[in-house]
Amino acid sequence: MENFTPVSAAIGGVMIGLSAALLWLANGRIAGISGIVGSLWTPRANDIAWRIAFIGGLIVAPVLYRMLGGALPKITIDAPWAIVVAAGLLVGFGTRLGSGCTSGHGVCGMARLSRRSLTATAIFMAAGIATRFALRHLVGV
Amino acid sequence: MIAAIAALGAGLLFGLGLTVSQMINPAKVLGFLDVLGDWDPSLVLVMATAIPVAALGYAFGRHRRAPLCGTAFMMPAQTDIDRRLIFGAVLFGVGWGTVGYCPGPAVSALLLGNPGTVLFVAAMLAGMGIHSGFQSVLGRQPRPA
Repeated sequence: MENFTPVSAAIGGVMIGLSAALLWLANGRIAGISGIVGSLWTPRANDIAWRIAFIGGLIVAPVLYRMLGGALPKITIDAPWAIVVAAGLLVGFGTRLGSGCTSGHGVCGMARLSRRSLTATAIFMAAGIATRFALRHLVGV
Repeated sequence: MIAAIAALGAGLLFGLGLTVSQMINPAKVLGFLDVLGDWDPSLVLVMATAIPVAALGYAFGRHRRAPLCGTAFMMPAQTDIDRRLIFGAVLFGVGWGTVGYCPGPAVSALLLGNPGTVLFVAAMLAGMGIHSGFQSVLGRQPRPA
């Protein structure tokens, strides 16, 4: 467990939790990224500004962090491009079909003690771990 | 306008949280999913602190009729565990375990200069669009996440 970073993980988690609380108390919305982003495909006039604003903040945040002197983690993607595209399609389609992702189900839904989110989180965690195991230890990539 | 500013603040906080916790690096997330390798439990700790803080927010909301900058709390209405939830979560998990990106970190890392991130987000948006296409063909309204 030499890569374990408990302090930064705990601090980052608190910030994510605060974000979810703020979006709920101010906007009455669940901070589920797949829903916020995916609904841009079916835009409605009074429902789009807050989505664009949230996504804008999400994208600018790491740049801002660097400008304020923070050290950004290096982004490493080892998979070949075709695999990256396939994974992106699966994540996009799957999160919309399953009504949520790590944020909407994994953080917000678990915080609401939603049975659906608890189920979805257990399933995508298991599927992610199984996929990682298969690719890493059976296929060897 | 105020609602958009609040959402901007929430987006910034979310992105900063992903950055500080290093969750915007997919290799870090793969280290968590690789439980039988050199396991990195950081993601567990991110969720373990995020969930109770978010839960406090939802608890405060129960004492209010409406959000500060909106008309109603948009609580997901569906409660049944159906095949779409299960199948969707499986597909998402397979994609997540392949590259290590889920939607939040992928979008948040868009400007950090990795072409793989841009490619992943483009494919993810296409996957979401395909789902919306199916929804409209089937005549169903998309559900809030």
